[in-house]
Amino acid sequence: MKFSEQWLREYVDPPLSTQELVDQLTMAGLEVDGFEPVAAKFSDVIVGEILSVEQHPDADKLVVCTVSNGEEALQVVCGAPNARAGIKVPFAQVGATFPDLKIKKARLRGVESNGMLCSERELGISDSHEGLMELPADAPVGTNIIEYLHLQDAVIDLDLTPNRSDCLSMIGLARETGLMNGMDVKPFAGQPIEPTIEDSFPVELVSADGCPRFVGRVIRDIDQDAVSPLWMKEKLRRAGLRSIDPVVDVTNYVMLELGQPLHAYDLAKLTGKIMVRFSAQGEKLTLLDGSEVETHADTLLITDESGPIGLAGVMGGLSTSVTAGTRDIFLEGAYFAPTAIAGRARSYGMSTDAAHRFERGVDWEGQVRAIERATELLLAIAGGQPGPTIETVDSHELPTEQTVELRASRITRMLGIEIDPVMVGDILSRLGFHAMEMEEDDELTWEVSAPSHRFDIQIEADLVEEISRVYGYNNLPVRTPETRLSMAPRSETQLSLNRLKDQLVARGYFEAVTYSFVDAGLQGTLDPAQEPISLANPLSSEMSVMRTTIWAGLLNSLIYNVNRQQPRVRLFESGLCFSQLPNQAALQFDNISQVKKLAGVSCGARQGENWANDTQAIDFYDIKGDVESLLALTGDPAAFSFAAESHSALHPGQSAAIKKDGEVVGWLGRLDPRIQQTLDIRHPIYLFELNIDSVITKKVAQHAAMSRFPEVRRDIAVIVDESVSASALFSCIEEAADDTLQNLKLFDVYQGKGIDPNRKSLALGLTFQHHSRTLTDDEINSTMESIVSSLVASFGASLRN
Amino acid sequence: MSELADILSSARNAVAGAADAAALEDVRVKYLGKKGELTGLLKSLGKLPAEERPAAGAEINKAKDIVQQEIAARKDELEQASLGDRLKSETIDVTLPGRNADIGALHPVTQVLRRMEDFFIGVGYEVVEGPEIEDDYHNFEALNLPEHHPARAMHDTFYFNPEILLRTHTSPVQVRVMESRQPPIRIVCPGRVYRVDPPDPSHLPMFHQLEGLVIDRNISFADLKGTVIEFLRVFFEKEDLEVRFRPSYFPFTEPSAEVDVQCVHCSGAGCRVCSHTGWLEVMGSGMVHPRVLQYSGIDPEEFTGFAFGMGPDRLAMLRYGVDDLRHYLDNDLRFLGQFK
Repeated sequence: MKFSEQWLREYVDPPLSTQELVDQLTMAGLEVDGFEPVAAKFSDVIVGEILSVEQHPDADKLVVCTVSNGEEALQVVCGAPNARAGIKVPFAQVGATFPDLKIKKARLRGVESNGMLCSERELGISDSHEGLMELPADAPVGTNIIEYLHLQDAVIDLDLTPNRSDCLSMIGLARETGLMNGMDVKPFAGQPIEPTIEDSFPVELVSADGCPRFVGRVIRDIDQDAVSPLWMKEKLRRAGLRSIDPVVDVTNYVMLELGQPLHAYDLAKLTGKIMVRFSAQGEKLTLLDGSEVETHADTLLITDESGPIGLAGVMGGLSTSVTAGTRDIFLEGAYFAPTAIAGRARSYGMSTDAAHRFERGVDWEGQVRAIERATELLLAIAGGQPGPTIETVDSHELPTEQTVELRASRITRMLGIEIDPVMVGDILSRLGFHAMEMEEDDELTWEVSAPSHRFDIQIEADLVEEISRVYGYNNLPVRTPETRLSMAPRSETQLSLNRLKDQLVARGYFEAVTYSFVDAGLQGTLDPAQEPISLANPLSSEMSVMRTTIWAGLLNSLIYNVNRQQPRVRLFESGLCFSQLPNQAALQFDNISQVKKLAGVSCGARQGENWANDTQAIDFYDIKGDVESLLALTGDPAAFSFAAESHSALHPGQSAAIKKDGEVVGWLGRLDPRIQQTLDIRHPIYLFELNIDSVITKKVAQHAAMSRFPEVRRDIAVIVDESVSASALFSCIEEAADDTLQNLKLFDVYQGKGIDPNRKSLALGLTFQHHSRTLTDDEINSTMESIVSSLVASFGASLRN
Repeated sequence: MSELADILSSARNAVAGAADAAALEDVRVKYLGKKGELTGLLKSLGKLPAEERPAAGAEINKAKDIVQQEIAARKDELEQASLGDRLKSETIDVTLPGRNADIGALHPVTQVLRRMEDFFIGVGYEVVEGPEIEDDYHNFEALNLPEHHPARAMHDTFYFNPEILLRTHTSPVQVRVMESRQPPIRIVCPGRVYRVDPPDPSHLPMFHQLEGLVIDRNISFADLKGTVIEFLRVFFEKEDLEVRFRPSYFPFTEPSAEVDVQCVHCSGAGCRVCSHTGWLEVMGSGMVHPRVLQYSGIDPEEFTGFAFGMGPDRLAMLRYGVDDLRHYLDNDLRFLGQFK
């Protein structure tokens, strides 16, 4: 909300600079977003009157004006299109200064000019530069323009929290400023205006829960051609509102002054009686701004015999609106329950000053006063005959004055300080609260009732907050919590995600963060088996479904980097992936799977470019090594196995499911070259993804005795069919060997010259050791023989010499 | 015996002059070999009278020992010299870069989050995470934000349906903890949160929060202030960092406070980073609203608590001088590589 500083100071004028005042408001919980002077810094600009205008002899676009400064007539050359005799304008005389200009006597195309006539932009009042700023006809010629327009003022922009709607008005801000400075506030206007006619218009509160009070007044014979006074226009303008006509200006002004939104109907256009009721679905209404709405079922409407004539508390309807020709009006000042208004404007895609106030709440006893004040202002500006102020009210539905108990002990407990009871009583009374101090169960207590404009005070905590706010948060004590020194359990069987991430960082991976919502297209290609959960209101189609895999995001980041000449990319990310559990109709919280995953993507050279490094492109076994190094951290890598299984995102021949206890806990492999091609990436891309919960348990180490006896190593090379997997060969050997086989290493894989093209040679190193004696050659030979014969039997293996 | 002295002298010269192991061996043979000159002198002892033989023999043996020792010494010297030559020939350029030294890096927001978590873990807090797809109840209702509450407008929410949404803050994790156990509770909840905000330099539709919650008997606003001030001072590594508490409003706390720190860029003098106010808003906080405790089954008469929440993305901006939030999601290696 924007407001004029000087307007506030009319009611309470603390000895503070503008900066000090806005700091004080901010520290009181009314955050100031900023403030700016209402005009530029200038001097010697007065109200001038153009007495005559003549064409400049040598310039088409210039005129020569004779301007009165109240003492003499001066010749001024001017280029404004609206320069004409009889108008009053800001006149910068010779000697006047502006931020980057000093006015001197000059000759313009040979004609003497003694000063400058100004537009609003030149005065720094607005950006308007179409012509001279025209002042009211009664502006006294010669008066300093700063004094005349009250330009020694600042516009303060407040960003109020939703609980302080009482400060969406000058009366609220004045109260708060008075409170913070211990100063009295000058009373606001709003005395009853005696009716001169008896006319009224009937009102019925059909839905009194939504509208428990409706104050109405007929005013006849107003002059809509009247012009609002300059002071009112200026205050409205500084609050960001444009002057329209007397009726609109007055209703807006009263809203700013007292916080009560008002509405005016053209009395001649109202039919039957006004009824306030909740809408049925699909009622139609054209609003003031010409927009058409079709109602939902829960919207409070103002209706008459013709049907809906306004969205209550939001905006009036076009059919009964006040226009240029309106003579008689019906003023409405209603109290709408916040729950009946909240969210409604938004639901129709609207936002109005009235709805902003009503949904946060207005003073439920402020309607009569606002109508009286509006009457007073309107009569002064546009004349007219007021009827009686008629109040239609359902007191059962009105809020009631709350009495809230405040215990001294609770203040101490919540704030950590004992505040002197005298001070508490003083703060409560400065807040305008009615407080009665009493002893209850040997405890000092105040029975507090808040005035109707502080309807936000409902419970004890509200009062504690007010006490602490006025006392000053920064005057409250500082203490470190005292606590029991108990150790948090931390199991050694739990591996931290941090450890896994650090491992990847050590292996050259950078951690990425990508959006949890992705493009349905790419993800559908990568992971078609899972039906993703769609957002109802996505920012864009590229961010419309929740990720089921981190790969979509990581691939996009990889492409981003490859397109920026990064030949070698290694990225990982951890986070939740989302899917709806199968066979469930409606999406409910309980049928959503939210699984934490860790994924990586890699392409380019094995090691960074360096004179000594291996700069060959990576292959499957590089990324497998990365994954195995993660699994090794569990202390039990043997619990995991890699099975050649296909995945829609991966190369059919270079894809492995990672399994634990028979369950798939992750995938790794090369991105399917067909997908790679659609992504327009030249290098092969390798990917992995793990379910974090499955790889985050750690086996606690158990020491085993080490043998003192020598170990013996035997190397063999076996030739088997290409299709025989290393893991099958390993299991076969482990089964055939006895427990003296300590270690089994695969140190070479060979295919090529000297071997059947459909077969491959695997070179194995076997290490034997006995725990309590030295093994003999015969023993080892016999074990080797049984291993070889088992390999022959299982795979048709032959030994390579 | 002048002959012996001459031989010894020439032998010593020869040893000293031997340039390598082969030359030295030649010297050895020449003087000490079977036909060597000193050996020859020994053989000629027989020509001397019997009474002179022992003394003369001793003299010759002494000379032999000297030559032997000097040969050994010279041999050692020559070996050292050749080893030195060999080692010298093995000299490499130690300034060449080493092999495979590349490392990656954690994301800057993760680094800030870890740092924050570590401070709290150190004083006995537990780190708790929770779901990111939430229900309306845990994200709003249970936090005293009923339907149509104006404060909901501050949370532009991504919805799946009217009941299911992306959490707009990490507070629902706190609700789930309060529902599941009784105080004392001391937790911090880090994680991703979501709001309908198109990406721009200071907004992202997905960002991070870390919220803390402490509930026990006799927890007061003073404890909140103490905890928050201490944290901010250790986080920014500035012992006298000025911190101020400003009344504000959150539906789930009362009293509520925004926390500002003296601008870490200009130390409060006023600059572009702090919009010339000298202060940076870094945190929201307050005493847990009694209704929030009640909703989750904790008696607000018996227990009180405080909560605070902050944005690691923004703190990482301040700490590392990042000027545009969108860098966090581009994952440009040139950006990520700055945080090793």
